[in-house]
Amino acid sequence: MDLDALYQQIILDHYRSPQHAGLREPFDVEVHHVNPTCGDEVTLRVKLSDDAEPVVRDVSYAALGCSISQAAASVLTELVIGKPVAQALVVQQEFLALMQGRGTVVADEESLGDAVAFAGVAKFPSRVKCALLPWMAWKDATSSAMNGQPAHPNSPKENHHARR
Amino acid sequence: MGLLPDLDLLRLDFPILNRELAGGHALVYLDSANTSQKPQVVIDTMVDHLERHNANVARAMHQLGAESSAAFEAARDIVAAFIKAPSRDEVIFTKNASEGLNLVANTLAWPGEWAVGVGDEVVITEMEHHSNIVPWQLLTQRTGARLRWFGLTEDGRLDLSTVDDLITERTKVVSLTWVSNMLGTINPVAEIARRAHEVGALVVVDASQAAPQLPLDVVASGADVVVFTGHKTVGPTGVGVLWGRREILEALPPFLGGGEMIETVTMERSTYAPIPHKFEAGTPPIVEAIGLGAALEYLSHIGMDAIHAHEQAITAYALEGLATIPGIRVLGPLDASQRGGAIAFDLPGVHPHDVATVLDTRGIAVRAGHHCAKPAHARFGVQSTTRMSSYLYTTPAEIDALIEGLAFTRSYFGLDPVTAAR
Repeated sequence: MDLDALYQQIILDHYRSPQHAGLREPFDVEVHHVNPTCGDEVTLRVKLSDDAEPVVRDVSYAALGCSISQAAASVLTELVIGKPVAQALVVQQEFLALMQGRGTVVADEESLGDAVAFAGVAKFPSRVKCALLPWMAWKDATSSAMNGQPAHPNSPKENHHARR
Repeated sequence: MGLLPDLDLLRLDFPILNRELAGGHALVYLDSANTSQKPQVVIDTMVDHLERHNANVARAMHQLGAESSAAFEAARDIVAAFIKAPSRDEVIFTKNASEGLNLVANTLAWPGEWAVGVGDEVVITEMEHHSNIVPWQLLTQRTGARLRWFGLTEDGRLDLSTVDDLITERTKVVSLTWVSNMLGTINPVAEIARRAHEVGALVVVDASQAAPQLPLDVVASGADVVVFTGHKTVGPTGVGVLWGRREILEALPPFLGGGEMIETVTMERSTYAPIPHKFEAGTPPIVEAIGLGAALEYLSHIGMDAIHAHEQAITAYALEGLATIPGIRVLGPLDASQRGGAIAFDLPGVHPHDVATVLDTRGIAVRAGHHCAKPAHARFGVQSTTRMSSYLYTTPAEIDALIEGLAFTRSYFGLDPVTAAR
């Protein structure tokens, strides 16, 4: 196993200098997701525009966890803030496919940007959930903000939604 | 220094210790508090049973059935001897330690001599594994009783200064771990049992981490019920043990209903088999129990006193080594004679997952996370920790590999710029 494939410099940079970190106002929805097996936690807020085709205005977060989950949250904000929600959801799907590909999926740098650095994580099965934690939280929050419904009725009890 | 003699020869008993991992690294297995590795004799005993003697127990009227029943019940005798139980009938095979704890917590909700109800109190501790917290939460929520607990001192021991306030005439159950899976602390079980018995409370002890490491004498422990799991005592998964004093097991109602646990059944009602079978509904984990018997015989052959001395020597050596890592914080007692072989630590600046992954790439297996002890982690202000845990096959050279691996981890994450590897 190649350690440097997992801990790409980009990941360590985001871990040390997280982008868009902290919880900010205004926001539409706040979610709290935990990884019950390891205890990693993220509280994440989304603010969407009021347009008919909404745009991601802001994503803010407080993350408690390992370098992979922290860096994933940072990269996520860089990728989705400013994008139309529909387009950001496509990026989320691509990232999910990359993480679940066990190292066989070729990352598209055009759409995934810094997130291509996570390609190596897919080869460490025990760490895939770390990378996905903030992305799942963001998807959950975004779909709640879009339709006002709890997105994951089956999500663990500790997870919560709050709507402004 | 108390190490087991002929450690190299002993290690040959455990085939997995010869495994080579990715990158050509030898396995350094420091996760035995999670699950222990298995000696060849356990593997062979289980294979032999499946190849030559497999049949259901107690209900098959043929030669194989008799052989299988004899082997299964012989395993019960071995367990009884291993824990110095006064009677083999007091040894119940369960699925694991969690099932043992749930068996007690669940049956105490029903009417009977030991029933827990409104106004009663159950006392546990802040250092328990989730499996000795959640069943008592369920019991007290279901019955309207109150759950209370011992807090912990800064050095990871039970805070016994509150004992007079905690253990009162309202106390019906005191349930605690013998050895902490996170802090390593060895608790004064006999002393707490004495206090609990003064008020007539039932004493339940989780010996999951004690059974692998300490010579066990369930009567001397003062406990009324002791549970442990098989897979941490070099046995297989899928089997655990509950020992209880006869009068208590006879007074408690059945836990699970089904085959084997009955005396007779009509459509209206049933009567129950005497212990131990009253608590063993359905086909039991037969080959697992037989494997556990082989495992406990193996440990007894080496000697639990010698294994305990080995664990203390390795633990002392590990604590010395860990102390050389800048910034490291070991949780729990720092005196090896006061603790078991699980050592949880925090390396500021590197998350435990990252520590575990870096070590894993060097062939070193440790556990990272909350170790099913979230309240104990919260008590010490940490979300998670890295935990190394040794056993009878652990060598000082493996501890050296861990310490080198931790030094490398620090430099890899840039905590030690002078020797940074990147």
